[in-house]
Amino acid sequence: MTGLTVLVTGVTGYVGSELAGRLASHPDIDRVIGVDAALPEPASRARLGDAEFARADIRNPIISKVIEAAGVDTVVHASASARTSGSGSRSMAKEMNVLGTMQLLAACQRSSGVRNLIVRSTSAVYGSSPRDAAVATEDTVAHSIPSTGPVRDAVDIEGYVRGFGRRRPDVRIAMPRFAEIIGPTIHTALTRYLSLHPFVPVAAGQDTRIQLVHESDVVALLEHLVHGDFAGSVNVAGDGAMTMTQAIRRAGRIPVHIPQPALEGVGRALRLVPFGGFSAAQIKSLTISRVLDTTFLRRQVGFTPAFSTVGAFDDFVGRLRPVLDARAVRGAEVRIAAALGVPAEPDGPWRHPASPIPIGVPRASRSGSLPPDPGRSAADDPGASGSTSSPRRLFSIDGDAVRSPGGTTRPGSRKR
Amino acid sequence: MTTSEERARRGSPADGGPSGPDAPSDLPGGEAGWKRSVAGSLAFLRRRLTGEYKIDEFGYDPDFTEHVVLPPLRVLYEKWFRVQTMSLENVPSTGGALLVANHSGTVPVDALMMGLAVHDHHPANRVLRMLGADLVFDTPVLGPLARRAGVTLACNEDAERLLSSGEAVSVFPEGFKGIGKPFSQRYRLQRFGRGGFVSAAISSGVPIIPCSIVGAEEIYPMLADVKPLARALGLPYFPVTPTFPLLGPLGAVPLPSKWLIEFGEPIPTDHLPDGAAEDPMVVFNLADQVRETIQQSLYRLLLRRGHPFLD
Repeated sequence: MTGLTVLVTGVTGYVGSELAGRLASHPDIDRVIGVDAALPEPASRARLGDAEFARADIRNPIISKVIEAAGVDTVVHASASARTSGSGSRSMAKEMNVLGTMQLLAACQRSSGVRNLIVRSTSAVYGSSPRDAAVATEDTVAHSIPSTGPVRDAVDIEGYVRGFGRRRPDVRIAMPRFAEIIGPTIHTALTRYLSLHPFVPVAAGQDTRIQLVHESDVVALLEHLVHGDFAGSVNVAGDGAMTMTQAIRRAGRIPVHIPQPALEGVGRALRLVPFGGFSAAQIKSLTISRVLDTTFLRRQVGFTPAFSTVGAFDDFVGRLRPVLDARAVRGAEVRIAAALGVPAEPDGPWRHPASPIPIGVPRASRSGSLPPDPGRSAADDPGASGSTSSPRRLFSIDGDAVRSPGGTTRPGSRKR
Repeated sequence: MTTSEERARRGSPADGGPSGPDAPSDLPGGEAGWKRSVAGSLAFLRRRLTGEYKIDEFGYDPDFTEHVVLPPLRVLYEKWFRVQTMSLENVPSTGGALLVANHSGTVPVDALMMGLAVHDHHPANRVLRMLGADLVFDTPVLGPLARRAGVTLACNEDAERLLSSGEAVSVFPEGFKGIGKPFSQRYRLQRFGRGGFVSAAISSGVPIIPCSIVGAEEIYPMLADVKPLARALGLPYFPVTPTFPLLGPLGAVPLPSKWLIEFGEPIPTDHLPDGAAEDPMVVFNLADQVRETIQQSLYRLLLRRGHPFLD
């Protein structure tokens, strides 16, 4: 037993489950225990692969028993700073994110075996005020932190993690600050917002820049951090930026500009119809993204995200049914041009007359499926590794312990 | 040296409108112009509807700026203010450069005109990235619009990031003290802030180009400042001009003054020793030098212009 024993929190979500599964199939890792307060959905369970699942709430002191009993040396807190949806779950989000993190840190502090701690943080720690610089580096300090809300939570969580670092200087702490996560699988407040159909409400006169990171890049970076020895905070985002209205347009939706004071009322009215409804706070929290400087990620951590912001977004858009299809718009353009007797301009992004290189990026395929990666080895396949590895002990906390069947195949191969 | 002849000679993007060099050119002579601009507008509309454009990390959207922001400004530049540029060759064709200019006119039209001058009349057609006050980004509609047009917050982080990535940046160190000064103080440079622009230029090692703008002072002559109203509205000043608020919306029409923009000799900063950006003495001296240069050339240009409204 020379390898690592890893505890991953939040394995009902995409990031936690995919990471746990990926770590479990790695030869350097002896054992992966995924914990969550709820049972994972079948899809998450399939992603877990060889990882064990223990149903344990991180807000419960029982988590420290799990850490002790299994001899965990690496804790990946993948559920910290997860953004929840819905308007009523604001206190729930705080409960899970802030208090959950506090409890988990308390458990880690008790356990002498813990050597590595990786906490998922978010770009929300940089806040969002008009007095802030356009691009945040790791040293940027938020100008004004609201007294409540996701920004406050993210800052608090980082504060507790730093406090833990002072009390346990022997533990390596890595804290990646992720931009808004997006992809074809993950469900976040942003993906739900952009899935509104056919109109997406936006605050009139506001248009924020957003920066995204692809779900597969998030998992890959967390995996990279588990194996590596990086300690500290690092910004993680796909190259480039978009604006929110651009994102809505690119998703084939129609942005509806609603004056800020009316936003709450419209949202409440929309909640009466199925598949609608949002809160003004939710929209506000979606527009707090900051653009991050990722030089440190590339140079010091040695990780380059495979997806740019626009690339990640287009990969997500593949799963949506567009209201305003790009091809239909192009068709209309050609028809109008023909009716006017004018030759239409060639399709695609605008080219600056002075520069031969295109200003816009070529649009990724809208099919949404990623090409299978030829580099993926057989060892990554849970079916293949399941037969060679020793059978794992079931870990039970409250009788609900489950282990995913060894023969399950993960849905599709993710780009790595 | 000036506007329309030069444009006709070079065939600047203004004529071609939104169309690129790959636009069909087999159209009959006279019709080609409007047909191309209709096709260009349709294509622009399509790109807007499908989100097929790219912004940089500061929010600059070249497609939007070229097709929506610049065309109306060009009319103002050529027909209304008859802007004349001088010594534009002092702006380098490549690499970072910090253009420092005087600020005036109640509404910061001068920043836009200077940007257009460099964009349309500089041989390299450089895009001038402006630095704006936080009030701009705090304002609905205006904030996102400014970001699309390439403006970013006037802070050292943003300035240095732009300069070290080789952009030409314009800054107006007088800020609100400059544009909000009464008409009686016209062409008298105000205090130059804390000299942050100098330290940004030094730490990026880019030259400072002192620019003098004559003509902006007369567009909205500010006769009085209603301070209580400004405070109530959260504005730095509330102007009273001969036409505003007397004529209501008509007061938004600027007076057609004659403009001159001179780009001064670049002041190099890359020869300064390391740590000069943190040396207040160096920074203040350089800021004073820039300020003095601009003030002197303002007086010179004023003499040269003669009557503010007649050519």
